[in-house]
Amino acid sequence: MSSEQAKSIFLHAGVLAGLFLLQFFLPEYHHLSVTRIMLLAVFAMGFNLLFGYTGLLSLGHAMFFAAGMYGAGLSAYHLGWSVPLSFMVGIACGVVLSLAIGLIALRTTGVAFMIVTLMFSQVAYLTIVYFTTYTRGDEGLVMPESARQFVLFGQQLSLTHPGTRYNLALMLLAIVMASVWLLVRGDFGRSLIAIRENEARTKMLGYNTFLIKLKVLVVSGTISASSGAGYALMFAYIGSSFATIQYSIDPLLYTLLGGAGTVLGPFLGTALMFYLIDITSEYTSAYLLVAGIVLVILVLFFPRGLLGAVRNRWFGWLP
Amino acid sequence: MDFGPFLFLATLEGLVQAAVLCLIALGLSLVFGVMRVVNVAHGEFYMLGAVLAWWITGWFAGNPAIGFVAAIIIGPLLVGVIAYFVERLILRKVEYDPEATIVATIGILYIVQQLVLITFGPDARPVDTPFYFLIEFPWFGYSGYKLLVICAAIMLLLAVWYVITRTRLGLVMRATQYDRETAQNFGIAVNQVYAIVFATGAGLAAVAAVLIVPIQQAHYLMGRDPLLLSFIVVIIGGLGSIRGTLVAALIIGLSDGIISVFFSPTLAKMVSTLLVAMVLVFKPEGLFGSRSQL
Repeated sequence: MSSEQAKSIFLHAGVLAGLFLLQFFLPEYHHLSVTRIMLLAVFAMGFNLLFGYTGLLSLGHAMFFAAGMYGAGLSAYHLGWSVPLSFMVGIACGVVLSLAIGLIALRTTGVAFMIVTLMFSQVAYLTIVYFTTYTRGDEGLVMPESARQFVLFGQQLSLTHPGTRYNLALMLLAIVMASVWLLVRGDFGRSLIAIRENEARTKMLGYNTFLIKLKVLVVSGTISASSGAGYALMFAYIGSSFATIQYSIDPLLYTLLGGAGTVLGPFLGTALMFYLIDITSEYTSAYLLVAGIVLVILVLFFPRGLLGAVRNRWFGWLP
Repeated sequence: MDFGPFLFLATLEGLVQAAVLCLIALGLSLVFGVMRVVNVAHGEFYMLGAVLAWWITGWFAGNPAIGFVAAIIIGPLLVGVIAYFVERLILRKVEYDPEATIVATIGILYIVQQLVLITFGPDARPVDTPFYFLIEFPWFGYSGYKLLVICAAIMLLLAVWYVITRTRLGLVMRATQYDRETAQNFGIAVNQVYAIVFATGAGLAAVAAVLIVPIQQAHYLMGRDPLLLSFIVVIIGGLGSIRGTLVAALIIGLSDGIISVFFSPTLAKMVSTLLVAMVLVFKPEGLFGSRSQL
């Protein structure tokens, strides 16, 4: 094991351990905020795999988040399935949807890919609104009490308990972070970066770039869906506002802020942006103004985001 | 009302929609055609035009026509100036990189929208129709102003067409669109052309908004639907092809007006968005454009 690899493992494990310890010190309000941040960071990490590592900018990731959310939420609400089972249904919906979208949308590149994903996401949103009998559209559904309790490894767990939610979110974050870390360091990750840097050349070297892109889109969509499924079950609410364009832009914003193409970047960006918006929304209802200003500043002055800048200047080993 | 007159009314409404959509989409198409960038903030320039129209007409008491004439001249000019500075200060700095431009214009979208929310407020505000005149058809009376909107749009489109095909400015624009580097070698100030095109595109959206605002109302979120619709139009018409854009705007504006009379609007939107996405995937040159224009 090289020393760089050791440093990298140490850093990421350190962040997770820090998050674990943090729960014993946080006041109630921030305890909840960090739970949300961890779940949204999972969403951003899924997005980053596609955008940061492969160079494919999707403007429709809200549909994968919503697939997980509605897959899990609807099966828990209408079918009364248990929490772990509903969570699996959410993930399965993510796999199916991302596979279908990938097969169609990946025929396009560049600007067309962005617009196509944007439009599919819009269709997904309209679909949710159209089947308002089952989804209650904008008003949304509140999960029943039965979907708040479950048994995992012989332990009775209650999702109304903040500590349970915190640690489940942390577990999801840890699993996703470890998988992304392993993925981007391996051969597959290198082929992703090769596609980002020069797809034509990668193709010429004999790689099936369509297949690689399809695989990474499915992984990315599935991770995003797991975040949506977690969000639905933990906060006991699903609504069509989670499928709007806003939720496609958010992971982009988080990723750009933290640093596209870094494992920790999306988490850092999510945390910073979450608190930035949280603080400004105390003063004004126009808190999205901050999001706009941050986007423009990032594009103009820090195209690689915070961690990207750190990596360039000091720590070349950051994955 | 019988089916015939009903269809006639729906067609008229569709024509008004189509006329306005033509102007908005033409702005988007010009910018994409010449600069090769997608301006996500285009809908906000439209919204800005409507809000400015409300503001400017407020200056003039008395005959609403005076305020309206002032609004349709000053409003789009102001929006053009704002767009000019956006181009200079932001788009030029990211060197029109397609991804960076999209991200930057998303940022601009939020900034414009939220600034309007802060200054103008969340309520929808009406603007007076410049004149009241009903045209009496045998079955119903129809607002003369709406017919004026259609005529004004046609005249503006003709003017744009004249500028592009018959003047030196148009020639320079077409040269830049065709081959940026060669144009630069021939001494064309490409950067200047870009700024003018971007400002003109935004100005066209603003004109459309001033025309429509006496029929609808000014609201800070009104830019979203026209943005999606004009995306659809530009894609169906073939990215960057102006003739295709106009044909597509006519078809989509008309059918949107007519379909939403007979079907659930959500379902209609769902199906049309899906169809358009498929067009972009399987026929990226659009239904009316040709590949060489891209």
